[in-house]
Amino acid sequence: MIYRECGQFKTSYGSDQAIFPIPQDRWGVMLALLIAFMVIPAIANEYWLGVILTPFLILALAALGLNILTGYCGQLSLGSAAFMAVGAFAAYNFELRLPGIPLLLDFVLAGLVAAGVGIIFGIPSLRIKGFYLAVATLAAQFFIEWSLTKFGWFSNYSSSGVITAQKMVILGYDFDTPLRKYLLVLSIVSVLALMAKNLVRSETGRAWMAVRDMDVAAEVIGIRIMKTKLMAFAVSSFYCGVAGALWAFAYLGTVDAQTFDLHRSFQILFMIIVGGMGSILGSFIGAAFIVLMPIFINLSAHALFGNAIRPDLLSNMELIVFGGLIIFFLIVEPLGLARLWQIAKEKLRLWPFPH
Amino acid sequence: MNPKRTIGDVILEVEDIALSFGGVRALSHVSFGVREHEICSIIGPNGAGKSSMLNVINGVYHPQHGHLVYRGKRIRRMHAHKSARYGIARTFQNIALFKGMSALDNILTGRNLMIKSTFIEQAFYWGRARSEEIAHRRRVEEIVDFLEIESVRKVPVGRLPYGLQKRVELGRALAAEPQVLLLDEPMAGMNVEEKEDMCRFILDVNDEFGTTMVLIEHDMGVVMDLSDHVVVLDYGRKIADGTPEEIRDNQQVIDAYLGVAA
Repeated sequence: MIYRECGQFKTSYGSDQAIFPIPQDRWGVMLALLIAFMVIPAIANEYWLGVILTPFLILALAALGLNILTGYCGQLSLGSAAFMAVGAFAAYNFELRLPGIPLLLDFVLAGLVAAGVGIIFGIPSLRIKGFYLAVATLAAQFFIEWSLTKFGWFSNYSSSGVITAQKMVILGYDFDTPLRKYLLVLSIVSVLALMAKNLVRSETGRAWMAVRDMDVAAEVIGIRIMKTKLMAFAVSSFYCGVAGALWAFAYLGTVDAQTFDLHRSFQILFMIIVGGMGSILGSFIGAAFIVLMPIFINLSAHALFGNAIRPDLLSNMELIVFGGLIIFFLIVEPLGLARLWQIAKEKLRLWPFPH
Repeated sequence: MNPKRTIGDVILEVEDIALSFGGVRALSHVSFGVREHEICSIIGPNGAGKSSMLNVINGVYHPQHGHLVYRGKRIRRMHAHKSARYGIARTFQNIALFKGMSALDNILTGRNLMIKSTFIEQAFYWGRARSEEIAHRRRVEEIVDFLEIESVRKVPVGRLPYGLQKRVELGRALAAEPQVLLLDEPMAGMNVEEKEDMCRFILDVNDEFGTTMVLIEHDMGVVMDLSDHVVVLDYGRKIADGTPEEIRDNQQVIDAYLGVAA
């Protein structure tokens, strides 16, 4: 009833090929953007903006990057955090060595550096697949972490290897409060997400999915496997790189190579597994789940038990409940939460007259 | 008769092809030619090397010996993505569709080679990216109409029944507007009506677009009815080559299929 395509007729291929062909989707996205840009800044406090929503958006961007590579192109990677690190350190170094570089250009360049590094570590994917490739990308994770610590140049010879991100200024406007940072991150993430959506529904995205689903057939159609895979690595690493730069500049302020360790890579991988492989929306749902669920569990445990349980017990309980929920969702819907949403939409098309 | 359908000169020749996997000889010194606009069938018992032959033609396998001649051009080593650029398309014996994509997207993928827009344009869905997408969609819809799969165009192909998947795969091959179409058992596992539909599609494509076809098929009725030219393989060797009538009466072919009395 609510989500009804009945009676919506397309009169041109253009409108059927539009980014959101169904008006409900179009309005849904607009509404979500409206809430994110207008309502949340009005009601959320600094804690929510700075500590919860900003990292959620940045990790969603990184998850989106990994989803392009793993979900759309079928190449498993455990190096996403390393590409974030490349982005963060590159953004820092560009600001440092080219003073006065425009901030957005800085982020784009950081993304491009990450893309270049991604291409190099994507080369093994031409020969190996699946788990073996995952192991090869682990090399990226360890090698990049190691070299960022080992070579002082990257951190401008800071003794602890920590870099302090420069101030974020665009055209004299200083993004210094959590609200401003949130809005900047939100704008960047929205634009990049829409671009990703455009990419995956066009020729590039079809080539990625073709390689993912059946590489021999893809090649016979004329798709160059090498170019397609490396392109996926490049775009994916670009997204991760920008996410890393934002992580340093808009969220933490000071980072070192260990900020982007294997644990972070796994976290991003879990996001797309829980959220849904091969789904832009899934990257956001997955990030929301992984970032917000522990907080939610924590808050509800406090509300339920108050101070009745010891805090260390409580924090372990959090992990247990969280792990349990992941297993539960994967059993209920192995294709991720985005798939649940899709099923809900399919049911809503018929509801309340299922026959 | 449609002038496009007039059988022309030989456009595709395989010459002295030998292919082996380790110690197994899949093809030994096979040569034959396919003339323009004709329907050529490759038949033979299981394991005769028919699919290997198609894989050699479009560059999935690289033979140890021999070469191809396509439109007068001698090709020693064909590559899969190059064969697509030469205008050779194919379907597979075990359906090789992109399972996660809709029927439309699968067929659109067949036109990937014709897309000129850069990925930057695509990221913004701007300029050529948009106009091309719409133009190709129009062509794909014609194929969808032709194959009568309008009702399932947006269904992920993994959910489609077998017969429809075979049609989508044919559609994907047709989308590339090939000059030579290789069909690997297009009618395997189909019931009579589905086979009749598929035969109709094959004849229509051949008739309307003048596409040269090389097909592998086990159903002798279909082969004898459709083909202009039949090549028979057995144990990787060519044992006969000729019109359906000649093949029907060939003693070696009868022996290969029915066995020889001791």
